Amino acid sequence: MRKVITAVSLALMATSFGAFAKDWKEVRFGVDASYAPFESKAPDGKLVGFDIDLGNEICARLKAKCVWVENDFDGMIPALKAKKFDGVLSSMSINEARLKEINFSAKLFNTPTRMVAKAGSGLMPTAASLKGKRVGVEQGTIQEAYAKAHWAPGGVEVVPYQNQSLVLADLASGRLDASLQDAIQADEGFLKKPEGKGFAFAGGDLNDPKTLGTGAGIGLRKEDTDLKAAIDKAIAGMLKDGTYKKIEKKYFKFDVYGK
Amino acid sequence: MIDIIQQYWKAFLWTDGYHLSGLAVTMWLLVVSIAFGFCASIPLAIARVSRSKWLSRPVWLFSYVFRGTPLYIQLLFFYTGMYSLDIVRDVDILNHFFREGYNCTILAFGLNTCAYTTEIFAGAIKATPYGEIEAGRAYGMNKFTLYRRVIIPSALRRALPAYSNEVILMLHATTVAFTATVPDILKVARDVNAATYDSFDAFGLAALIYLCITFILVALFRKAESKWLAHLRPMKT
Repeated sequence: MRKVITAVSLALMATSFGAFAKDWKEVRFGVDASYAPFESKAPDGKLVGFDIDLGNEICARLKAKCVWVENDFDGMIPALKAKKFDGVLSSMSINEARLKEINFSAKLFNTPTRMVAKAGSGLMPTAASLKGKRVGVEQGTIQEAYAKAHWAPGGVEVVPYQNQSLVLADLASGRLDASLQDAIQADEGFLKKPEGKGFAFAGGDLNDPKTLGTGAGIGLRKEDTDLKAAIDKAIAGMLKDGTYKKIEKKYFKFDVYGK
Repeated sequence: MIDIIQQYWKAFLWTDGYHLSGLAVTMWLLVVSIAFGFCASIPLAIARVSRSKWLSRPVWLFSYVFRGTPLYIQLLFFYTGMYSLDIVRDVDILNHFFREGYNCTILAFGLNTCAYTTEIFAGAIKATPYGEIEAGRAYGMNKFTLYRRVIIPSALRRALPAYSNEVILMLHATTVAFTATVPDILKVARDVNAATYDSFDAFGLAALIYLCITFILVALFRKAESKWLAHLRPMKT
């Protein structure tokens, strides 16, 4: 029996050592294709979006084959740890809670957080201006953390919702005075659509690294330091030679890399 | 686990610092909707078993609609659907009422549990032993007195076991309340999950709280049954 255990553990050690020594001929990225324009599915089933283009460009620079694995967003971190894929490339914001579990590549982009309110309401994204007003946020987002930290103590009624579409529905119906969310999400999902008529961004981009984080990156396992180094190098290269700007232009009219 | 309890026990039990949340909200939803459902269901149950079609058919339709559709959809209908109508927003009193998520939730929960309770009570009324009614008639009671003194007290007692089930199911049903922004226990568990990624502890704690409430409810109904159903117990030899 003991011999069997020794043999098995030796075999396990060998395979884990093998995985460690691998030189990344193939990189598997986990993606939740439900967040256009970052990652979504074209009518023919192909994955498209800003993240997908960035990932493919990174693979090309690593001289590795890109494999995309679809996975639900809330199960990304466990799946990454279980080696279902090697990186999470799905607009995942870098924050402290996640950094306890996994590592992140260098920043890929940092989309702004902005408030939406009725056009001409005169509301500004400050506690003083919003005092006594109702502001909707999606539960569990960085925007909720921001509103609770900066606005709620000043007498603003911050109302968390189960998902963003319920927030926008209540903003449209008049239950809410304003909503706070990712600017691109608000623009694509609401302001550009007929139900967003009469609404507009109120105030500029909000900035607070503590609650709003420092942008989105590729989630990586802590032990894969060689992969992180290679990916960071590829990202730096793309930013330097203008490839990043070229891909960005395909999807956005403004700077998504941010500060 | 200890960290989560230390940080979130207040939110789980009664407040998130600004509003009521967690257990307090869940219990409030449960008590108010059950109270509303109970009071409304007694006259409805009597109407439901009435010989007059004009009385029984509308009640049948009401209970068919509310028992035949998911509570989640009823809540979305009252919360999102109603408030998107212009007429609701233009009439001042309706606007005030439907603006608040709490009101919409209580309305949906109350009507839903009322429909189920009506059927439970109506079934118990129908199953009243004929001898009890005959005895009442022999005393010369009119219909109202007969219901008040004989049929209703007897039916409510016999409905107790089925009714306790409905109350516990209603407790479980309150978990959809957050759809209407009402922060119940499950909402706090979701907050914890989003903040810590510790899903097992977050939802495990919520499950424990629900278990405690169920335990207390079951104990209370046991007590009520042993008091009011004593006459149906087998005799001690």
